[in-house]
Amino acid sequence: MIELQHVTKVYPTSPRPALDDVSMEIDKGEFVFLIGSSGSGKSTFLRLLLKEDNPTKGTIKVNDKTLNTMSKWQVPKLRRTMGCVFQDFRLLRNRTVAENVAFALEVINKPQRTIRRVVPEVLEMVGLEGKAERLPNELSGGEQQRVAIARAFVNRPLVLLADEPTGNLDPETSQGIMLLLERINRTGTTVVMATHDYHIVDSMRRRVIELNDGQVSRDQSRGVYGVGR
Amino acid sequence: MRVNFVLSEVATGLRRNLTMTVAMILTTGISLALMGTGLVIANMISDMRAIYYDKVQVSIYLTDDVTDQQRDAIAAQLDASPEVKSYLYESKQEAYQRFTEQFSQQPALVENTDPNALPESFRVELVNPERYSVIAAEFPNGQNGVDQVRDEGDFLDRLFSLLNGARNATIAVAVVQALAALLLISNTIQLAAFNRRNETNIMRLVGASRWYTQLPFILEAALAGFLGAVLATVGLVLTKVLFIDRTLAGPIRAGIIPPVDWGVIATISPIIAAAGVGLAAIAAYVTLRLYVRL
Repeated sequence: MIELQHVTKVYPTSPRPALDDVSMEIDKGEFVFLIGSSGSGKSTFLRLLLKEDNPTKGTIKVNDKTLNTMSKWQVPKLRRTMGCVFQDFRLLRNRTVAENVAFALEVINKPQRTIRRVVPEVLEMVGLEGKAERLPNELSGGEQQRVAIARAFVNRPLVLLADEPTGNLDPETSQGIMLLLERINRTGTTVVMATHDYHIVDSMRRRVIELNDGQVSRDQSRGVYGVGR
Repeated sequence: MRVNFVLSEVATGLRRNLTMTVAMILTTGISLALMGTGLVIANMISDMRAIYYDKVQVSIYLTDDVTDQQRDAIAAQLDASPEVKSYLYESKQEAYQRFTEQFSQQPALVENTDPNALPESFRVELVNPERYSVIAAEFPNGQNGVDQVRDEGDFLDRLFSLLNGARNATIAVAVVQALAALLLISNTIQLAAFNRRNETNIMRLVGASRWYTQLPFILEAALAGFLGAVLATVGLVLTKVLFIDRTLAGPIRAGIIPPVDWGVIATISPIIAAAGVGLAAIAAYVTLRLYVRL
């Protein structure tokens, strides 16, 4: 599903590469934790997968498509197969929950009929039935993140990228979000989650890829956050 | 393409930067109005050329003490000349009559002019207007009752170079103003894109096409360009009704200045509308490409 071969990313403003000769393979349906300290290259990794940026060296493949050679106008198509969730939710504050989710479908030209059917379904799945007409600031942090997940998942992406989705949430709420991501993973969606939350990593026992100064320092199936913790 | 969605984005965008939008419409409007004025002047110039150049090319003014014999001799010489296509004799009375018609709007000038002050003349049309010097050589100034030979074409050339200068100046100001309008459009679009960065970021992430993301901004600029053109057209109509048709009514009736028809305005407005919409849209597109990450 995701394949990196000797990927290096150097930003012009920094002498040290953000990613340094990274190679890995993530299969369809896997759940992967991406860990490492701040500045270890996690965000760069996610940006490259979305083709928000191009690698300096090496090749990246997502769903058998090589990102390096992909032309600009094909990028939107790529992103329709991927969902994104962020620490800061990134909801539209002047739109209701349902409108926020529908927005993702409207801008890729889904018919109104489909939108009316799919949005309530996905809101029910994330546990927000009955809150469709609320505005984001009337919701708790956990609920807002559920809206963001609903928006990321409503188009049934092949891959869900989550950049510290529980970073702003208390442990209990985080637990709920993790259950939701697990549920999404069980539908066959590959989930890649960058995180600092060792409780979550330790309790889930999924594949862990640790980045250190832009290099993969550990790649362990059913891993934990840190050795000797 | 979801038309409703795009249109509501456009409306939100314009409303959010109302002051910038108004400034954008006004500068675009002024620039287009100047451009339209330039086109009206250009149109008038070509009409005037048709009026004047057809009428007369060389005038032979006669002295006050010209004898009948001298006058007949000149007429005979003109008849015989291969350079002359046709000619007209204008007596002092006829010259005065034409003068009173031309300046009917300035009665003071007419009153103060002695009917005898205007010289009689031959108005000569040449086979080739460039051959003025040949005629001038045939009728030396101050001899045989000839006061002076004047190349009216030369005078007209000077008049038209003045008018052309006015037209060019108007268009030059229009171009400078257009530059200001384009920069303002570019600035407004950057501001609009910044205001809506949340929306556009999300659109980018969920895979909205570039076109879908950019279209609201481009339409926003195009709409402002169109409103500017409407404003400019209103300006042109007012100029025609209040200035050309009123203040210049006399010279127009006297045939000195050609009238400006509604047809001319009707031809010019679509041109300035197309220019307004086109340039605004292009400015917006280029801005989005260069400065804004969508």
